[in-house]
Amino acid sequence: MSQTLATFATIFFSMILVNNYVLVQFLGICPFLGVSKKLDSSLGMGMAVIAVMFIATAVTFPLQIFVLDANGLGYMQTIVFILVIAVLVQLIEIVLKRYVPALYQSLGVYLPLITTNCAVLGVTILAVQDYTAVVAESGFGLAYAEALVCAVGAGVGFLVAMLLFCGVRQRVEQANPPESFKGLPITLVSAAITSMSFMGFGGLVENIISALM
Amino acid sequence: MNSIAFAIILLVLLGLAGGVILVLASKFMAVYEDPRIAQVTDCLAGANCGGCGYAGCADYAKAIVENGAPINKCAPGGAKATEAISKIMGAEAASGPALHAVVNCNGGNGNCNVRFDYHGIQTCAAAAAVAGGPTACSFGCLGYGDCTRACKFDAIHVVNGSAVVDREKCTGCSACMAVCPHHVISMKPMTKTPAVLCSNKEKGAAVNKACKAGCIGCGLCVKNCPSEAITLQNNLAVIDYAKCTGCGTCASKCPKKVIHWVDGAPAVVEEPQA
Repeated sequence: MSQTLATFATIFFSMILVNNYVLVQFLGICPFLGVSKKLDSSLGMGMAVIAVMFIATAVTFPLQIFVLDANGLGYMQTIVFILVIAVLVQLIEIVLKRYVPALYQSLGVYLPLITTNCAVLGVTILAVQDYTAVVAESGFGLAYAEALVCAVGAGVGFLVAMLLFCGVRQRVEQANPPESFKGLPITLVSAAITSMSFMGFGGLVENIISALM
Repeated sequence: MNSIAFAIILLVLLGLAGGVILVLASKFMAVYEDPRIAQVTDCLAGANCGGCGYAGCADYAKAIVENGAPINKCAPGGAKATEAISKIMGAEAASGPALHAVVNCNGGNGNCNVRFDYHGIQTCAAAAAVAGGPTACSFGCLGYGDCTRACKFDAIHVVNGSAVVDREKCTGCSACMAVCPHHVISMKPMTKTPAVLCSNKEKGAAVNKACKAGCIGCGLCVKNCPSEAITLQNNLAVIDYAKCTGCGTCASKCPKKVIHWVDGAPAVVEEPQA
């Protein structure tokens, strides 16, 4: 049991720090640059991404294993996943509007934006890539749980990246860079430096968890 | 061949299932929205400036339709928007001249003295945080242009060290009022009336030390105003625009030339009939 917990913890924290979707794998860069100007909007976007990543993986993972792979249609993955994610986001929007209008208001425009977010598609496809082998090894249940932990970790990683970069960006906005660097160029430079700082986490999580065990 | 057919069928089925789920969801979980909200939103200026005090144009439209909020709050839309909304809501449009911003400070052109050289972050907010700002007058315009950056309509600029509003371009959204750390910007009706270009609430001697063009609270304008529209509040002349006729007596009597015409020349006012 503790072995399983350790695996989950490793997956979760390595998705946040080592394999951070935005800063290490460079997925979902456009909301990362577009919405990170203000703390509350980056928080809203981050929360919405966590929810959508979790639900999207929860639906696409069994779909891949039981429908696509079972019928030898693995190559249909991308288009099927895009379709499923688009439907899911719309559905979540309708449900939220009906039952949790306050949350719907605070998420606002970010929810439909996520439909075309490559990080969401990325997490579903990478979860399938990484955990299909686990299905053969130790059954569907464990693989499914690991995929879901991975999805939530990826979402939390996205949120962490957004919040960190939002802080960086507010400092950059106070600074006085040369004229030609003002605006987007200096933002891209600071994003690159933030991303480099995350390279320092390589191998960290596995070593800590194995040392703790 | 078979696998192609299967792939197509699978995709069609998935799309169909998704479509049916969405249609059902939107049918069963539909939220009734008053159609007037969308109509009112179309009438508003759409700048989402927040001048009305709501989170944006859509939010304000919702407040009008659902909570009966006053319909004349959209400054950029002006009278046109108010009239259009009153047609939809069937309410009487509250009339009155539009309110546009004016900077109540004449500290530019070297009028205002400098207490210390400031070389920090070039924004008003940062400058004001350093001992109340580098200007000798702690009520005046700092001139680092926070208002210029806040203005979405290119209507306020720093000229010779203090901000000046282009009253024609101004829409009255009051974004500049909100960011000014010295609260030196106020709203004045778009009528041919003068404005007091000073915000200093200190006594005359202190004002004189700080600024060549500050209101010293002498009260000459109060005494001379034929329509009793001016009062002294905290050593500062304040014009009541509900009473002001725009005769210009105050502007000519003011010893410090603090009262200026910001909307054209004085109007010719007929003698009040006895």
